[in-house]
Amino acid sequence: MTQVSPILKVSNLVKHFPITSGGIFQRTTGAVKAVDGISLEVFPGETLGLVGESGCGKSTAGRTVLRLLEPTSGSIEFEGQNLIKVSKRELVFMRREMQMIFQDPYSSLNPRATVGDIISAPFQVQGVKPVGGLRSAVGDLMERVGLNPEHFNRYPNEFSGGQRQRIGIARAIALQPKLIVCDEPVSALDVSIQAQILNLLAEIQKDFGIAYVFVAHDLSVVRHISDRVAVMYLGQIMESAPSELLYTEPLHPYTHALLSAIPIPDPDLERNRERIILSGDLPSPSNPPAGCVFNTRCWKAEDKCRSERPVLREISMGHQVACHFPEQNLIETISVAPTGTDFIA
Amino acid sequence: MSETDEVLLSVRNLYVEFATDDGLVSAVNDLSYDLKRGKTLAIVGESGSGKSVSSMALMGLVAGMNAKVSGEVYFDGQQLIGADPESVRKLRGDRMAMIFQDPLSSLHPFFRIGDQLVEAVQVHHDIDKKQAQVRVKAMLERVGIPDVDQRMNEYPHQLSGGMRQRVMIGMSLINNPELLIADEPTTALDVTVQAQILELLKDLQKEFGTAIILITHDLGVVADMADEVVVMYGGSAVEHAPVREIFYEPAMPYTWGLIASIPQISAKNAHLDPIPGNPPSLINLPSGCVFAPRCAFKQLVGDDLCEHERPQLSLISLEHASRCHLTENQRTDIRRARLIGRQK
Repeated sequence: MTQVSPILKVSNLVKHFPITSGGIFQRTTGAVKAVDGISLEVFPGETLGLVGESGCGKSTAGRTVLRLLEPTSGSIEFEGQNLIKVSKRELVFMRREMQMIFQDPYSSLNPRATVGDIISAPFQVQGVKPVGGLRSAVGDLMERVGLNPEHFNRYPNEFSGGQRQRIGIARAIALQPKLIVCDEPVSALDVSIQAQILNLLAEIQKDFGIAYVFVAHDLSVVRHISDRVAVMYLGQIMESAPSELLYTEPLHPYTHALLSAIPIPDPDLERNRERIILSGDLPSPSNPPAGCVFNTRCWKAEDKCRSERPVLREISMGHQVACHFPEQNLIETISVAPTGTDFIA
Repeated sequence: MSETDEVLLSVRNLYVEFATDDGLVSAVNDLSYDLKRGKTLAIVGESGSGKSVSSMALMGLVAGMNAKVSGEVYFDGQQLIGADPESVRKLRGDRMAMIFQDPLSSLHPFFRIGDQLVEAVQVHHDIDKKQAQVRVKAMLERVGIPDVDQRMNEYPHQLSGGMRQRVMIGMSLINNPELLIADEPTTALDVTVQAQILELLKDLQKEFGTAIILITHDLGVVADMADEVVVMYGGSAVEHAPVREIFYEPAMPYTWGLIASIPQISAKNAHLDPIPGNPPSLINLPSGCVFAPRCAFKQLVGDDLCEHERPQLSLISLEHASRCHLTENQRTDIRRARLIGRQK
């Protein structure tokens, strides 16, 4: 197998929002630790799902990796180039290769611009002259995402939520980027429309080989679309694994609880399964608990968890977990067949 | 036994219409169902299907110059539609209560939590503030609010979303209502908090014998909570059945589409089977079946019947009603071919 290098490599990324007080002489009195040291890699053409509950920092992480928000510290390498070091001008040029799709198709489209203007904006901003002219390129894009090219001169308010999300997707793929960060792209849509958009995103990925960072709170949607999944909690990555493995053999108690909290649309299955119900709420990200950030809600927490922050370590091939006491029974089943080593009797 | 089988709420031929500048919006069209004491009826549908409006109408919360509500709603034998607003107001918050999706906008931001609940008690019961406070404190403890004495003196914005929804549930159940309408009670919450709230609702229902109308778009929540399910589309009930039949023997193409559209957490389905097109405008509803423009099976019916004649909601088995022109054999064949529901 040839070694493929990641298109995006994020190391120890930190994004803190300062909390200030005072009127004229503002003092920084604390920080909301939205993203607190995350590392991840995204390979060409794959989808990395970033899941977690509200306030876990997944959206901030998504925006910071594109430098839409300036990171506090850490490094972001895009195709080997450190994004943090490049100048604003170079960054604009690099944005050709990386795009974003937003959650709210109502506020992310300029209501006073026509659909044609919105989709041709990337060409104009980047000074790209498509072969065959702008009008026909935009028409092709509209057709590709399932919009009628005759609606070129219509305004966003004439479209439904699902169609608006299609406009946002057309704009994002206009310059054939290598990476798209999708921030909750389907959570504002009804289920029947949600499925249409998920299928469209999957087809586009297949056609153009785009890598996605898919930020979402809905674990079923993430499983459906992702190759690998990283679970975030209070600004940190708790567990990361190939998606099948994460859903069938979760190692972190938080992942386990999260999966068991999702109601399954099957009455017999749903009513006869054991469910872990976490007590309490998410702690404040401005004052995260010492040690493991999950210890206040974890049923397995011991003294060590309250004092020492666990590092994200690899347990098996591609399966990383940040926990002192990962789910034991599952570890045993994995350790029976160690990957990459011959079993010596 | 006899008490649990007793029908608490009976809705017959409910219509809700709104006059707008663009024309008459038919939000609810001929909705009928019964709810027994202590049972949960889930109303499922997408935005604009009429699921919320229908429930607000029966609580007397749809009013104004432009709204027209007609039909019959019997609550414990008492007709509510067209009844004296004062008599409906006396029921509301006492014998029937409602919780909404967004607990922040349904609690008053200027008043302390404790005072809001005390008011809810005193409006319906002639007791002094001290006694009401005792009752409020017990209820807040029951719904799992920690440090109740302190929390009662706080304002809604000082509580987390999950805590606020607990307060709302406490407030709605404080007078021990016979009917609780829960309109997307967990949609604004995270899954781990949603699991807590659903568990709480189930426990309280068992304890107090409350009948629940659960309005939701989440089929997972339905599978967890409901005894019976009404699927709504374009203002009409298109299918009505016990919960297991909805999931294992769904009969209406819209229900099939809904089930095929959701990604499953328990298995990786390679390709989702979405319903093509968009939900109908409620201003000019098609004269035939409301779902016909998006239905993949209408050719099977023949004579363009689906386009011209609106099917009746008719019984296909003892407790299962569906609004569709397909025949029993056609349904069975399609379900088998498309692996819909539970295969026998």
